[in-house]
Amino acid sequence: MLDYVTLKIIWWVLVGVLLIGFAIMDGHDMGVGTLLPFVGKGDTERRVVINTVAPHWDGNQVWFITAGGAVFAAWPLIYATAFSGFYWAMMAVLWSLFFRPVGFDYRSKIENKIWRQTWDWGLFVGGFIPPVIFGVAFGNLLQGVPFYFDENLLVHYTGSFWALLNPFALLAGLVSSAMITFHGAIYLMLRTEGDIHRRAKIAANIFGILALGLFAIAGIWVAKGIGGYAIVGNYDISALPNPLDKQVTHQTGAWMQNYSKMPITMAIPALAFISGIIAIFLAKIEKAGAAFVFSSLMMAGIIGTAGISMFPFLMPSSSNPNSSLMVWDSASSHLTLGIMFWAVVIFMPIIIIYTSWAYKVMSGKVTKNYIEDNKHSVY
Amino acid sequence: MQEQLVDISRLQFAATAMYHFLFVPLTIGMTWILVIMESVYVMTGKTIYKDMTKFWGKLFGINFALGVTTGITMEFQFGTNWAYYSHYVGDIFGAPLAIEGLMAFFLESTFIGLFFFGWNKLPKAQHLLVTLLMAIGTNLSALWILIANGWMQNPVGSDFSYVTMRMEMTNFWDVIFNPVAQAKFVHTVSAGYVVGAMFVLSISAYYLLNNKHIEFAKRSFRIAAAFGLAAACSVIVLGDESGYTVGEAQETKLAAMEAIWHTEKAPAGLNLIASIDEKAQKNNWEVQIPYALGIIGTRSLSKEVKGITEIKERNRERIIAGIEAVKTLEQLRRNPSDKAMVARFETIKKDLGYGLLLRKYVTNMDEVTPAIIQKAVDSTIPAVTPMFWGFRAMVGLGFTFLLLFAASFYYTLRGKCAHEKWLLRAVLWSLPLPWVACEIGWFVAEYGRQPWTIYGVLPTHLSVSAISVENVYGSLAGFIGFYTLLLVVELYLMFKFARLGPTQYSEQH
Repeated sequence: MLDYVTLKIIWWVLVGVLLIGFAIMDGHDMGVGTLLPFVGKGDTERRVVINTVAPHWDGNQVWFITAGGAVFAAWPLIYATAFSGFYWAMMAVLWSLFFRPVGFDYRSKIENKIWRQTWDWGLFVGGFIPPVIFGVAFGNLLQGVPFYFDENLLVHYTGSFWALLNPFALLAGLVSSAMITFHGAIYLMLRTEGDIHRRAKIAANIFGILALGLFAIAGIWVAKGIGGYAIVGNYDISALPNPLDKQVTHQTGAWMQNYSKMPITMAIPALAFISGIIAIFLAKIEKAGAAFVFSSLMMAGIIGTAGISMFPFLMPSSSNPNSSLMVWDSASSHLTLGIMFWAVVIFMPIIIIYTSWAYKVMSGKVTKNYIEDNKHSVY
Repeated sequence: MQEQLVDISRLQFAATAMYHFLFVPLTIGMTWILVIMESVYVMTGKTIYKDMTKFWGKLFGINFALGVTTGITMEFQFGTNWAYYSHYVGDIFGAPLAIEGLMAFFLESTFIGLFFFGWNKLPKAQHLLVTLLMAIGTNLSALWILIANGWMQNPVGSDFSYVTMRMEMTNFWDVIFNPVAQAKFVHTVSAGYVVGAMFVLSISAYYLLNNKHIEFAKRSFRIAAAFGLAAACSVIVLGDESGYTVGEAQETKLAAMEAIWHTEKAPAGLNLIASIDEKAQKNNWEVQIPYALGIIGTRSLSKEVKGITEIKERNRERIIAGIEAVKTLEQLRRNPSDKAMVARFETIKKDLGYGLLLRKYVTNMDEVTPAIIQKAVDSTIPAVTPMFWGFRAMVGLGFTFLLLFAASFYYTLRGKCAHEKWLLRAVLWSLPLPWVACEIGWFVAEYGRQPWTIYGVLPTHLSVSAISVENVYGSLAGFIGFYTLLLVVELYLMFKFARLGPTQYSEQH
């Protein structure tokens, strides 16, 4: 079996992979949901937009569910702390996700304008709100959140919901929303033609530039204005996880240390910028398929940047830094990490194979004729 | 305050879980019925079976949407409202949940898209394969969720670590092949098959009663009757197996379910009905079948079924031993390098969970009084009356389904089902009953585990998040609002499309 420290690092990578997978897969249909009311004029056009993701949104959503389950299994303390601490933010994510399954499935089952328009806005909420909140959550993680553990390791969150909505966190929320919308717009370009395609192209240009611009501002803010966290003294990374067994301080510029210690890591933010620029350009010259690959890489870069800046921290505590959660002390037992690692190694390739097959079966442009011809059987 | 927080969190979890389970069993059962119908279509080439697959598939889809919606709530809630639980047992409990996503839910959700949208894009046999994979995914999903739940009932393959202050996995195979989990899985999916069969049977009966879509309804009726008969048999046989594993793993649940106040000489009699007096801890009168419980509950003639009084006395000993375990753990947390203390803790930690029961009444173990111990002892037995009658209602319903499906199967084989109006009416009006049986079954299983979230390991009282009770009231109100609205919409669509029937398909293709 792999040793404990290696597995702890592997799981940091794997959770990142699951989050990136979520952004690429569920992200594009959330982006489509966000754009739905704006790029589709009239009922048939809206149905075209919805049907680009109709056969896939459900499978895509499982990336999110699996990422949640993986965090539960691999980092139980993160799961417990983040979900209970961000209580209302999590409820907002959950309740906005409610609109997706029913929105997709029920919308076109009744021919009534108000009914359908209501569900369209429901799908907008389900596509727009979750990425914003995930971004806000990351924005707060970067600043640290107020919580501590008591002697039984019960977590106590001492902040309020409104404190989560601080300027930097809101900026992070916008970065997240813009990149997802950019990605969704490129997907729509790929799968539609005519007016919708044209509007999606405009959206891709706007949100691509916005995503990169806001990401750059956030980067400068982190370097200059946000204090990071650092471990004081010697710390045994192979020890059994106990989050009260260390000393942590708040330090300005700490989030930049990994880049200076290991300059190769700068490739990750560079990947975000370069891929983003290439994706914007490819969308401009109508190469939507290739653009989709590069917008995916851009999101991998953006999410990876947040992860690397904070490494080994996952969820620093601003009010009680010693309670901060790290890769080393949030993890499950050696055995569980090992089993879950093999579960991912075995099943992830299978998932990717059948998901690709599903997209291949349903590939091609979704047209107005397709909707008119199948109006009782498609969404 | 803490007590109120625990109660409201439990109420929210119970309400959202029971609501979720309105949609889950129908999904589980319908997937196989769709596989059967489509297989007949592929084998015979008769389009009526394709229409059947599509029509019942549409109703299945309306149901599935809410199953997905309400399922995410369950995943979130462990973290939002049961944070200490998540920390304390996430090492074991999280694994089956994550594997469920990887192995099952991805499969189900990816292929459900192709099931609906792939009709014109896939050759017949490939589409059938898609439907089959969707059914396998759905059932595997139930397997992993019930492995997780089975571990809550019978926490095998794990051990407490004083360094990490949590339960940790020691043997993954023990967790997977937990007898309680396996028995629960087969019993629960069988219950889903009963729900699916009754759904198709009742709506088909409705068409036959109204003289609509006769050919379509007769064929659907026949498939549902055959599938339902097999399902009802297996739900009863496997329910018996589930009862046996409960008797092995959770004596308190069995004793409460059967209202056994005192250990009787083996083999124990089965109380068919009884007049229960919870205060006096006895039955005023009971109608008993001699030996039956001993045989069902222990699979032997010589093993005793423990009574509540005796179980309580044993629990009292464990609680008293648990006080030492909790105290030792507290000292160990302050001084983890004390080797002698570690050795001592290892020998007494099996009663740690029982000691933790006292935390509901006192924080400091030095303040424990005999009166408090008595309270804790009393709390180890769930209320007997709802367990006893709930269990009987579930079993009674199970046998009712067996009769209904058997009668339906008999008449459909003789080609006469369309004329037996009494049967059609009985079937139609029985539509809600399988759901009632499922919900009662879960009530018996989960309420019967109290006062624990993890039986014998972690008391419910300690499992909650440290959040304010107002938050939980707020979210509960939100859930009630959303779920009521969604249920109205779902039922409206379900009734609309069920009443409309399969007419549109023959025109369409």
